[in-house]
Amino acid sequence: MQWEPVIGLEIHVQLATKSKIFSGAANRFGAAANTQACAVDLGLPGALPVTNEAVLRMAVKFGLAVDATIAKRSVFARKNYFYPDLPKGYQISQYELPIVHDGRIRIELRDGAVKEVGITRAHLEEDAGKSMHEDFPGFTGIDLNRAGTPLIEIVSEPDMRAAGEAVAYMKKIHSLVRYLEISDGNMQEGSFRCDANVSIRPKGETKLGTRTETKNINSFRFVEQAINYEIHRQIAVVEAGNEVFQETLLFDPVKNETRPMRSKEEANDYRYFPDPDLPPVVIDNAYIETIRAQLPELPEQKRRRFMDDFGLSEYDSSYLTASKDTADYFETAVAATKGEAKLIANWIMSELSAALNRDNIDINVARVTAEMLAGLVNRIADNTVSNKIARQVFGAMWRGEGSADDIIEKQGLKQVTDTGEIEKSVDEVIAESGAQLEQYRNAPPEKQGKLVGYFVGQVMKKSRGKANPKQVNQLLSAKLKNLGRG
Amino acid sequence: MSFNKTTVQDIAWLARLAIDDQSIAGYEKDLTDILALVERMKKVNTADIQPLAHPLEIDTQLRPDAVTEENQRDDFQKIAPAITDGHYLVPKFVE
Repeated sequence: MQWEPVIGLEIHVQLATKSKIFSGAANRFGAAANTQACAVDLGLPGALPVTNEAVLRMAVKFGLAVDATIAKRSVFARKNYFYPDLPKGYQISQYELPIVHDGRIRIELRDGAVKEVGITRAHLEEDAGKSMHEDFPGFTGIDLNRAGTPLIEIVSEPDMRAAGEAVAYMKKIHSLVRYLEISDGNMQEGSFRCDANVSIRPKGETKLGTRTETKNINSFRFVEQAINYEIHRQIAVVEAGNEVFQETLLFDPVKNETRPMRSKEEANDYRYFPDPDLPPVVIDNAYIETIRAQLPELPEQKRRRFMDDFGLSEYDSSYLTASKDTADYFETAVAATKGEAKLIANWIMSELSAALNRDNIDINVARVTAEMLAGLVNRIADNTVSNKIARQVFGAMWRGEGSADDIIEKQGLKQVTDTGEIEKSVDEVIAESGAQLEQYRNAPPEKQGKLVGYFVGQVMKKSRGKANPKQVNQLLSAKLKNLGRG
Repeated sequence: MSFNKTTVQDIAWLARLAIDDQSIAGYEKDLTDILALVERMKKVNTADIQPLAHPLEIDTQLRPDAVTEENQRDDFQKIAPAITDGHYLVPKFVE
């Protein structure tokens, strides 16, 4: 039988605020344990939560960017469960009335097709603390610095039909929250993580199968692996005549498998109810419109503008706008040249991206800055260096040897455009290449063009790549033509 | 809907309440009575009434995004039964 996977994602995004969602404690990663956990975060008796205005603003920003409905009235609710890193015995979240609902986002698939994924809701909530099982023999250590960190949980519709689609969606949301500057999106530090809901059904069936939920996946690669593992596991279960149970799973990237996290006997009953400490959040149209007016340019708008303003292809524009950092790098570099957009784009997509991949670093900390790349492209544009030499200069810049101009000057890489000097090399090469010249003379005219290549190569070698290839070609062709007649 | 012994025990477990066997019958009756009241209330026509999220007619107060709390870890940890390297210690549990 043909099976169709059905996938929905719940993405947790930590918001980049200065302070926590309900307290004035610092929201900063990496502080010493429990130094950023105040009375509210610890759930000490008598401490009361007060909502951070920035958190609300960020949620509305996100909602507007995914074309969603913004709730004028939303309500914080208590989600009750017991866990050692949840001091209050409940997590403050939103349940029946989330701040954002009914949005959508466009994703591009690997084959170039475009698909729309529905966003059911996005609600605000607080993060829990962290449990350390390793460092305290016989005990678990609890660090509550993360308790109260603002999160927005983005719940998609079950609109995805393959692991690749889920990854494309996750990347799109990741790019968007970075564009909106509401999160640093740092996946290693847990700022951006996701739960994957997966079920299967016979192709053509419209009813949903029983789903499993794989929790806390913190990389794009693991999402793809976990979903693919789960799809194959479920198909094997059903084809063996058994049933898929609704359960919560954890993905183990080392073994590349999912395994049950909580047994179904203890299926959680969260007993949500409105938090009496927090009256409803009420906002008006004016508030929403103020935020709309402050929205930055979004990926889609940027992509169009790059095509219109810089004459880039759709492919190039999509590549350059996929992340805000890359788009910013591109624009900064182009601004420092005389409109060499296409050249800059090519260098970012080839040499720069190869170097970034090789050293596994992000573009915003690239060793060749946008200004440095622009400096190099300017020397290509004014014929100071050829493309080939430019790659050599780029390598030297990457190694920290200075600016393009410094390196060209120091290493004497300036392209030779002095006709007299090139002509001298051409004459030398012709004099040294008796056999090849003979071959050239005896060749039929249609084959002669190909034989010129040898001479060009020798002249370029003699000039250590610095002779202007175009001039070399012109001079050689003219001279050989004359000799050929002789 | 009415309660039996198992539902009472389940609810007690969810709330981590230790109740002794003799009191279960009493809870069964009390909880069943509460649900009976809910059943009566359900008969009231509430079509045009917004659900009540909070008894007070006020909106939430917001605070500006600023760090106003200082590190008071030493004070807070004075009441903790066990701490090491700034961590609160609890009996080991692993998912």
